[in-house]
Amino acid sequence: MPLIEVQNLKKDYVNDEVITSVLHGLNFNIDGGEFVAIMGPSGSGKSTLMHILGFLDTPTSGDYKFKGREVSNLDDNQLAKIRNEEVGFVFQSFNLLPKTTVYDNVRLPLLYSRQKDHDKIVRDAIEAVGLSPQTNNLSNQLSGGEKQRVAIARALVNNPSLIFADEPTGNLDTKSGQAIMQILEKLNDQGRTIILVTHESDTARHAKRIIRLRDGLIVEDFMVSERRSANNGEFAK
Amino acid sequence: MRFTDTLKLSFSVLRTNKVRSFLTGLGIIIGIASVVIIMSVGAGAQSLIINQLNSIGTNLVGILPGKSDQNGPPASVLGIIITTLKYEDAQAIAEQVPNIAAVSSYNTGMGNISYQNIKNATQFNGVMSGYPSVENTEVANGRFFTPEEDAASARVAVLGDQAGKDLFDDNNPLGKKIKIKNEFFEVIGVMKERGTAGFQNQDNIVLVPAQTAQKILLGVRYVNYIRVKINRAENMDKATEDIALLLRDRHNISAAGDDDFSVRNTKDAIQALLTITDALKFFLAAIAAISLVVGGVGVMNIMLAAVNERVREVGLRRAVGAKRSNILAQFILETITVALLGGLLGVIMGGALSALVALVARYLGYNWALVITPSSILLGLGVAAGVGLIFGIYPARKAAKLNPIEALRYE
Repeated sequence: MPLIEVQNLKKDYVNDEVITSVLHGLNFNIDGGEFVAIMGPSGSGKSTLMHILGFLDTPTSGDYKFKGREVSNLDDNQLAKIRNEEVGFVFQSFNLLPKTTVYDNVRLPLLYSRQKDHDKIVRDAIEAVGLSPQTNNLSNQLSGGEKQRVAIARALVNNPSLIFADEPTGNLDTKSGQAIMQILEKLNDQGRTIILVTHESDTARHAKRIIRLRDGLIVEDFMVSERRSANNGEFAK
Repeated sequence: MRFTDTLKLSFSVLRTNKVRSFLTGLGIIIGIASVVIIMSVGAGAQSLIINQLNSIGTNLVGILPGKSDQNGPPASVLGIIITTLKYEDAQAIAEQVPNIAAVSSYNTGMGNISYQNIKNATQFNGVMSGYPSVENTEVANGRFFTPEEDAASARVAVLGDQAGKDLFDDNNPLGKKIKIKNEFFEVIGVMKERGTAGFQNQDNIVLVPAQTAQKILLGVRYVNYIRVKINRAENMDKATEDIALLLRDRHNISAAGDDDFSVRNTKDAIQALLTITDALKFFLAAIAAISLVVGGVGVMNIMLAAVNERVREVGLRRAVGAKRSNILAQFILETITVALLGGLLGVIMGGALSALVALVARYLGYNWALVITPSSILLGLGVAAGVGLIFGIYPARKAAKLNPIEALRYE
């Protein structure tokens, strides 16, 4: 059974009685353990898709099954619960709590879960991104790359089925960006499902599969390894 | 989310913005401090008055002209003159009611009292010979006037301690002729020093026979009030009842509802006084409470600004699994914590200032008790928490209603 099954997924926004269609009926599946990059220019609907897949938003119509369960019409509290238990988010702008220690930032999702014994879980997550020495540093004392690593640790701490990374390298220099992508690759190697949203090919090439969107439709959906062999090692057209 | 985590979170937010948190709570601090001070100083003043009332004896029955509500203030307090009570009523009580120790009627007036070149505006009281016993006092020098002198409207006067010193310094006033409202009186005695009762100086006073005061000094045919001393405390209720029956009979009144007088014993008077001072105290506290509302609005204002400042944080919390109710609880608890800490500081500040007032009052010679009851502390803290809750709801709802996607994107 696929982790994610999406059938004819549509999303419209209504603003001042003007209906704007963002997603025009998408169909795809994502299996557990995949590393998928959703690519596309701005306005292609990739962020909207990520919000729906990440349970921050619901589709206007169509089906979204997560672990075989229909989730497209859950209420606000059910969405909050599923976000807490199944998903970890990594954002472009890190979104750490200011003037708060690395430890407390990483612990944040656990505050809203029923999980007990936070300490070991938090320390393990910090260890996994190599930030143990900075555990008690305040978030504003960290470099950009370190901040993003804290965000990844925070995304890991609930042991989610799925990690969303929304332009995770967008605010980082090349070297830090590389390091972040290596961490994500390593997590994927350990069996975690990762969905990466990006418009940079450099970032996307770390993924194993690419879904390319344009104007709310899927224009390409391919495995990087297949494309690479067909194009002498280059996946992009 | 566990309550303790929410609470820890509130404290850490307040800690990171110490100055702002303090300023946010300042309105509450001042409001609660004012309420505590007013309650405490009010209670101190109340106990001062009650103690002094007790010091003149608890076996007293007072008779006032005019009907009045048992717990309300008598008409005469409001400046209304009622002439239904007569000197003869006082005499009849002394002669006919059992268990009476002493009786005196009272006619009060102000007038110039002079001796040679010294002239003072002083209060004079027309009283009966039972006065020293009724008032629990005695003559320090000379004697008090007799019933016969009273009946004969004799021109004799007994000076209060202060009045005597003012006119005669250390000289012996006995036998000297003083003038009260241009009428000559012979000084026959000086009372023992008594101190102030309430706001009245009981020593700066001149006592003359009741009949003399009515006929010569005031030209009236009524008394202001009568005081009766009962022999034993257990006879109070019976005597009070007997006096009312006698007066009703003398005034040809058939139903108690038609009384043109009111009989109060000290017990009732203390009760009435407590009612009045309590009302005054709570009225003042209510005014002070208005500042709490202002403080509450201030807190709400700051919290609204804080919500705007922390939109992204709210978005993040929602993204990692916080329900709307978690966000609501977080912000309400933060507001309550600010208000409650403000309340605590307010109670401490109010207590300290009340202690200062007590210290100053004692220094000025009043027997002032520092009264800070646990109930007023709890009331202060409860009100503060309530203010936090009421004024915290709106900003918290605003935060909880934020759409997580928009909140995350907020710049």
